[in-house]
Amino acid sequence: MADSGLSYDQGPPFGAPLRLFLTAPLFPLLAACLGLVMPDWQTTRWTGVSLAMTHLITLGYLGMVMLGALLQMLPVVLGSPVPAARLVGWCGWLGLGLGAPGLALGFLLGEPLWLVAGTLLLALGLVPFSIAIAVSLIKTRAPRVAWPIRLATLALLITLALGSVLAGALSGLWPVQALADLTALHAAWGLLGWVLILVIGVAYQVVPMLQITPDYPAWVTRWLTWLMLAGLLLYSAPSSTDWLPNNDLPGALPLCASCVVFAVVTLRLQARRRRRIADVSLDFWRLGMVSLILAALLFAVLHGLPAAWMAAAEISLGILFLLGFAASVVQGMLYKIVPFLAWFHLKTQTGARLGAIPNMKQMLPEPLVRQHFRLHLAMLILLLAAPILPAPLGQVSASAGLLLLAGGAMRLELNLRHAKTLFLRHGGRLGQAAENK
Amino acid sequence: MHDISHYLSTDHAHCDTLFAAAENAVARDDWRTATTQFQAFDIATRLHFTREESILFPAFEARTGMSHGPTVVMRGEHAEIREILQGMAEALLGKDADSYLGLAETLLMLLRQHNLKEEQILYPLADQALADSSGELVRDMKSLAG
Repeated sequence: MADSGLSYDQGPPFGAPLRLFLTAPLFPLLAACLGLVMPDWQTTRWTGVSLAMTHLITLGYLGMVMLGALLQMLPVVLGSPVPAARLVGWCGWLGLGLGAPGLALGFLLGEPLWLVAGTLLLALGLVPFSIAIAVSLIKTRAPRVAWPIRLATLALLITLALGSVLAGALSGLWPVQALADLTALHAAWGLLGWVLILVIGVAYQVVPMLQITPDYPAWVTRWLTWLMLAGLLLYSAPSSTDWLPNNDLPGALPLCASCVVFAVVTLRLQARRRRRIADVSLDFWRLGMVSLILAALLFAVLHGLPAAWMAAAEISLGILFLLGFAASVVQGMLYKIVPFLAWFHLKTQTGARLGAIPNMKQMLPEPLVRQHFRLHLAMLILLLAAPILPAPLGQVSASAGLLLLAGGAMRLELNLRHAKTLFLRHGGRLGQAAENK
Repeated sequence: MHDISHYLSTDHAHCDTLFAAAENAVARDDWRTATTQFQAFDIATRLHFTREESILFPAFEARTGMSHGPTVVMRGEHAEIREILQGMAEALLGKDADSYLGLAETLLMLLRQHNLKEEQILYPLADQALADSSGELVRDMKSLAG
């Protein structure tokens, strides 16, 4: 039955997500180089280079990996294929791959043409993708699994719309008042709406699956993402109320609480896992959850901090959320998805005996993955320590952190290429869909 | 109403527990425990597949007329999983921890995705289609343990 949706045959060929996964690490590499050359990213989150680095990480890195992972995962977890997955994958790859650096260039040069071109390219990549996964999300017979991903996709479109309004305003196409407020909304919908709700929706399925933990409690899976949506809507409500001195609070509180609840519940489930073997992917997840808790706490106290600390604290918040939480989780997932897909496609394409092809751990040997984890952890520590350390030391720490970010990105790239090389060497074909022999 | 889902999902969880116990034992070089636990896992998993292939799937196919549908995909995946079980048994015999753990990782990914698809889609369909005979079917599946 062609639309049973239960078969892996309906996933795209290995080459489609792999193209996205292999391109993604170039963006943190690029961001790290930019930061090394232009150190004023440390002064405030509003400098051209800070905005450029942020968008290289969110769109180029996280965006590409999430897009590739969704194209691959949705047919399995929703039992409903993504239409035109190959084409959508190409659009996403081109749109994000050209749009993210285009936008970054626009921020760096303050050049309207690049800002507009980057935004248009991004829309070209993300809109077809959103439509295609929306079809899969609507047709699914597993609505419980689909709801968080539906909310996340909605948040992605809102983020894109807000981003387009902001890019237009910065380019002088139309006037926008309260640019900073709108930027806060753009960031909230992008980071908490798209990234976090998506991670939560995926975690409900993969955390119990990968480590054999108990399932997430029903009250979490039933309410948490809705609480986040309510928080985001409250946070987005017009900011001219008299009854609260800090009117972000009604939205910010449920959002911070949701982050902490999700992270704590996940850590507790993982502590109760039945699988006790060493697993770097699990370490990435746990680092991600600890970072998320720290990010939520920092966000909650941000407005109470002395003005002199504010700019540095905002940058640390970005580092905690983007590199500490999101990148860690994304890497933890990649190191499961890529070796599995390499093995699975190879097995089904060639029909080879089990012993004749590398197993998952041979596709991506644990020591290589462990190296990346160490680079990633050291990068985080150095980048977060930088603003606290006295002047010369802080600068050294920030630069060393960026070098490690570049090193980690290169390690990731080489690791993924290791799996690709083995796949090809054993007769795998990237453009061929998996087909049971 | 959810007899079939409930019974077979519980069986999945039982297999997972045995899988983890065997893997943990291999990781700490305790081959005696590993062998006992793996054998229990192997038997439980194969029995689970037999319950589905000889009782649930034929009943589902007869009732829905979907003889080329999801049950075919599930049978194909069972065959793949059986092949890996065989490989794990050989690795265990040769006390080859790397090979065992590598195959175990592969098996877990296949098995859990397979279970997810059954629990999210196939079992609910079966609960619906076979509501009137689910008690009897579950009794038959249980009796296979015999």
